[in-house]
Amino acid sequence: MNDLQVNDYRYGFSKPENYVFKAKRGLNRSVVEQISSIKSEPGWMREFRLRALEIFEKKKMPKWGADLSTINFDDIFYYIKPTENQKKSWEDLPKDIRDTYDAIGIPEAERKFLAGVTAQYESEAVYHSFQKQWEDKGVIFCDMDTGLRKYPDIVKSYLGRSIPPADNKFAALNSAVWSGGSFIYVPPGISVDIPLQAYFRINAANMGQFERTLIIVDEGAYVHYVEGCTAPVYTTDSLHAAVVEIFVKKGARCRYTTIQNWSSNVYNLVTKRAFVEEDGIMEWVDGNIGSKITMKYPSCYLVGRGARGEILSLALANSGQHQDAGGKLMFLAPETSGEIISKSVSVNGGRTSYRGLVKAIKGAKGVKCNVRCDALILDEQSRSDTYPTMKVDEKDVTMGHEATVGRINAEQLFYLMSRGFSETEATSLIVNGFIEPIVKEIPFEYAVELNRLIQLNMEGSIG
Amino acid sequence: MLRISNLRSSVEGSSFTKASAVTKVLADRSEGRKEILKGIDLQVKRSEIHVLMGPNGSGKSTLAQVIAGVPLFKVQSSKFKFMEKDLGKFTPDKRAKMGIFLAFQHPVEIPGVSVFNVLRKAKVVTGNKKPRTRISSVRGKPVYSGLVAPDLGRAKELRQELVGYLSSLKLSEDFLSRSLNEGFSGGEKKRSEILQMMALRPKLVILDEIDSGLDVDGLKIVAQAIKKFATENPKSSILLITHYARILKYLKPDFVHIMMDGKIIKSGKASLAQKIEKEGYERTRNVLEQRPIKDAPRSN
Repeated sequence: MNDLQVNDYRYGFSKPENYVFKAKRGLNRSVVEQISSIKSEPGWMREFRLRALEIFEKKKMPKWGADLSTINFDDIFYYIKPTENQKKSWEDLPKDIRDTYDAIGIPEAERKFLAGVTAQYESEAVYHSFQKQWEDKGVIFCDMDTGLRKYPDIVKSYLGRSIPPADNKFAALNSAVWSGGSFIYVPPGISVDIPLQAYFRINAANMGQFERTLIIVDEGAYVHYVEGCTAPVYTTDSLHAAVVEIFVKKGARCRYTTIQNWSSNVYNLVTKRAFVEEDGIMEWVDGNIGSKITMKYPSCYLVGRGARGEILSLALANSGQHQDAGGKLMFLAPETSGEIISKSVSVNGGRTSYRGLVKAIKGAKGVKCNVRCDALILDEQSRSDTYPTMKVDEKDVTMGHEATVGRINAEQLFYLMSRGFSETEATSLIVNGFIEPIVKEIPFEYAVELNRLIQLNMEGSIG
Repeated sequence: MLRISNLRSSVEGSSFTKASAVTKVLADRSEGRKEILKGIDLQVKRSEIHVLMGPNGSGKSTLAQVIAGVPLFKVQSSKFKFMEKDLGKFTPDKRAKMGIFLAFQHPVEIPGVSVFNVLRKAKVVTGNKKPRTRISSVRGKPVYSGLVAPDLGRAKELRQELVGYLSSLKLSEDFLSRSLNEGFSGGEKKRSEILQMMALRPKLVILDEIDSGLDVDGLKIVAQAIKKFATENPKSSILLITHYARILKYLKPDFVHIMMDGKIIKSGKASLAQKIEKEGYERTRNVLEQRPIKDAPRSN
């Protein structure tokens, strides 16, 4: 166990590329038009993409966060379509794709959860199964391209409404070249009590993945969506710029769980936002283990009275990684409430940053908000920073903020070692304990996977 | 089993790994203390129960920690062996794997790590249970369990075993789900240490003031659990460190040692403990050193 290398990426295998279509490297108007035409999209979507491309070209790179200066937009493939059509069953999938899934264990995950799996292989969802019972209740769960084809009116009225292309450079990029992602609609009063999940995966070197996810949880409904990501290792950098838009209607509740484990050369720049109406609840559970750089701040716009937003953020930064994560709570109506809990671990020279924004507008009376961020730094080379911002324009609010930065406690280490654990194992246990308040919110199979990833990250990291 | 002669120890700190924070922190805490153990001779054979008594600051806990391997202490000895192996060479985890278990006087809190989780993994690493390798297969490919992989069948088995121990400690099953030592009462901390001892079945158990801070009922529960352990694990040895003879109402030691000022000043049979309880440590020492008996304060 001890001879494992740090950053020995478990899923770092790469299958031979076997694609039906691959757009040229780089981005311009004709690439965008080509993507839209291959997908036979309606005119309004083509216009949406082209408008977004113009915005993307005008927008400057964000300089306020992690270092993004090494991204070369001309060196990226913006669209790859792996197989002709969506396949209905496992056996219909090409063998190398099945092998890839076997290796990352998705069939096992699928067996354990009875709900359907939308597995995204490259830009297109190729494997999609969904339990009939939900379909009968009117729940829609499909990839975004299918969503656009089959439910153009819903998509048109929501797409870009919470995250317009002009929101930031990467949202604009995604709007121009998006492909795949999940589309979920839950009708009023329906509670989907088994998590819906999708596996995302990048398999072509230099390929950007720009999935777009849209979730609408209608009045009084409930859904839990789980997104887990793994990617193989490449010699050149990959870009992942996703956009996730969620609409939580009156009295509805949505939970969105992510465990992001991109390989250590991926730029993971994701915009996630939920609009929460009266008495609705939005919960983001966001785990960031992999990638070279992650910038991700799931946000809740609490627009209706009594709406609640919760953001649980977990970050682990190993050598060469910078996890710039956190969350955003916007209190835009009275009696709204929210909480951000952030736990970060940096090791082997890794860097974590907590970046959070809490804003309450004038008139948002009775707002209650609590922010807690804890950082654990495992060695002298590692680093952690906290950038909390609070903008409160209303007097009648309750705001709490707590932050701690700590190191592994020597007494804890000795205690566990005296029970037979090596220093590395003891450290992993303490780290697992530190992040437990967030891990306990993650579905069991994913939590196990997460603990395993932490263990791998700790090995060889001490001494 | 345990053979120690002329063991001396002072706080200076040799670390078990280069970058370890353990040494630094613990050394800072004990700043100002120099030589604590000044030539200890002790032999604990298989199946024996030894009691080590002495006043505060006599070095009892230091001896326990030196045997368990706290890296903060610099150790010199002419002999320091466990099962014929030179203990000084081994880190605390290796010593635990060899079968040494220290029940801490003040167990530290480990937030977020459940009692069950620690015991499940500790049983694997100490070789109490062999790690089961293949747990299932996915499409013909085996899936192996790592240290953290769930193994539901075995977890259930372990839970049943632990429930038995819990009932003898008068603890309920949900104790297993609590974070280790976090928010435990004094009595719960002691019982948690005993629970770990029972689960790990060590060859040598060092109980560092397991009886302190317990009320009469708590003491009885803990003492009876130790007795049960000794009966069920007849090959294991126990080194019990205490101020008081009261726990000896339940446990019959083979040997009693009196420790003062870093040395074992007298060893004897169980009756020695009674004598100490009656006469106090100072008086005993004065008698041994043939000093005139003053009105020495009784240790209680």
